[in-house]
Amino acid sequence: MSTANTLKPKEQLKISASKRYQKRSQGAEIWRRLKKNKGAMVGLAIVVILALIAIFADVILDYDAEVIKQNIPQRMQLPSREHILGTDEVGRDVFFRLLYGTRFSLSVGIVAVAIALAIGVVLGSIAGYFGGVTEEIIMRATDIFASIPNILMGIVIVAALGASTVNLMIAVGISSVPQFIRVTRAAVLTVRYSDYIEASRAIGLKEARIIFGHIIPNCLSPIIVQTTLRVASAIISASALSFLGLGVPQPSPEWGSMLSSGRQYIRTNSLLTFFPGLAIMITVLALNLLGDGLRDALDPKLRR
Amino acid sequence: MENKNVILDIQDLEVRFEVDGEIIRAVNGVSLTLEKGKTLGLVGETGAGKTTAALAVMRLVPDPPGIIGKGNILLNGKDVMEMSVSNLEKIRGKEVSMIFQDPMTSLNPVFTVGEQIAESLEIHEQLSPADAMIKAKEMLELVGIPGYRASEFPYQFSGGMKQRVVIAIALACNPQLLIADEPTTALDVTIQAQVLALMKALKEKYGTAMIMITHDLGIVAEVCDEVAVMYAGRIIEKGTLDQVFNNTLHPYTEGLFNSLPNIKNRKSELRPIPGLMPDPVNLPPGCAFEPRCAYAREECGLRIPDSRFVSDHIVCCLAYDDPNFHIRRKGGKNVE
Repeated sequence: MSTANTLKPKEQLKISASKRYQKRSQGAEIWRRLKKNKGAMVGLAIVVILALIAIFADVILDYDAEVIKQNIPQRMQLPSREHILGTDEVGRDVFFRLLYGTRFSLSVGIVAVAIALAIGVVLGSIAGYFGGVTEEIIMRATDIFASIPNILMGIVIVAALGASTVNLMIAVGISSVPQFIRVTRAAVLTVRYSDYIEASRAIGLKEARIIFGHIIPNCLSPIIVQTTLRVASAIISASALSFLGLGVPQPSPEWGSMLSSGRQYIRTNSLLTFFPGLAIMITVLALNLLGDGLRDALDPKLRR
Repeated sequence: MENKNVILDIQDLEVRFEVDGEIIRAVNGVSLTLEKGKTLGLVGETGAGKTTAALAVMRLVPDPPGIIGKGNILLNGKDVMEMSVSNLEKIRGKEVSMIFQDPMTSLNPVFTVGEQIAESLEIHEQLSPADAMIKAKEMLELVGIPGYRASEFPYQFSGGMKQRVVIAIALACNPQLLIADEPTTALDVTIQAQVLALMKALKEKYGTAMIMITHDLGIVAEVCDEVAVMYAGRIIEKGTLDQVFNNTLHPYTEGLFNSLPNIKNRKSELRPIPGLMPDPVNLPPGCAFEPRCAYAREECGLRIPDSRFVSDHIVCCLAYDDPNFHIRRKGGKNVE
């Protein structure tokens, strides 16, 4: 017999009542569902580890002595106990460079998406809420922007502004704006005709407060998912631009530019391209797993 | 009409919707007055323009496609039609509140009910968030929900409780006029009775005037002082509860009463009004009820009846040109 059954009926009632009325916030509910998804948890763990590495890169490594200092006698070494992933063409430790590179890749990804998010959500919610001519103008402009290939747009922006880390962020960010406009507008459209928006108008709220206080909070799920997935693709775009020499300048250890400089030695020492590629792949995979898990956890249709 | 006691005075209101080149005439010349503390039942079948007329009072008719063609709406002596957007925002929720039909969808799912009640208090009474939350809990207690549940989300409430929350939001700032748009349609009958009793009690406590939009004559009999019957965007009969129920004049109102189930003879068949309401895009040139009316004469299809005073209240029907005309229903009962 379990303990619950040995309780008097009255006590049982008390327990079930307190359980039912327990305050369970939405955040806790989403976390509970996310925890069930193994892939998402693996993704989240990797993202957290990468974020910690990025934040504490300066503590772990001495940038001048261990990351960018050339050491020609030790060049092109295979993985060994001294250099876990070997050394590159000028004798720098590939592992250390990859660790430090986390900082560049993640920051480019996150800042670029933050730029896209800020512009996209504002324009998308305006288009969705006001409709009419405003919507036509914004959405047609978005269509034009979206029809230009991302990488081409990035090249144009970096070429115009000059190659630097900040410009790389701007370039990648701007080319991600159309997706955010579309996702936000679609979400706003589903919410704006709902009764509770009508009701919030009926209690005399101002339009700005209705949009940002009532509509956007109800649209967060698709926007959060899109953000996570977009960070992954922003990292790829940034690496691609760096690979083309348009991103983070040498000798900074950006994964894309490491890949690029390893390219010349791909026949003799393919590990130089393998490891940066692997780092990019793991990061993107982890973000995608997390994004997919979030999408499932935030889906209102699965909510009980 | 310069009566200080009048809270709402609508004259000749017209609302139309223009969609894809078609003009949908939803409200065609509605006039209403409502005194402080009184309850008006706005009755009519689906599509009669009840909700649209009520939304117009708060200037909440969706625009586009809705256009308030003409008419005057005086709320507390102030002309709603002339008001700026910021003045409208001030009276919405403060002087006029609205309760929507479906409590399931009229609460915002991502905020706690306490926050939603407090929001209206914050903007209209300039209360700090903490004070507003205290008042919000009081409002919840007032509608019969324990105050500690203010920190819960709408999905944790049942339908009847959600409607109580909606009522709490509507009454938070103690409005002078409450528009209840079929507040009990989405609830089951026992909960309906509870919610109606609650609304009635609160209305009496605060002296709020109320427009009760419904198609349920039972609810009208329960809570209303006055009744206006709408058909195809017009008010066709208007009077006190007693006048309309016991001295029915308009054939359509008679039809509504006839289509109620008979509690004394449960085996008797329902007698619905034959036909359908005319398409509001294409209203007939004469009386809109003429095609379905058992008393219709040739003249009825030619001109629109104007409202007239017959015996003790207002009706729109040409049949009363004949001073000897009367409908079959008499004294609240059917005389066959």
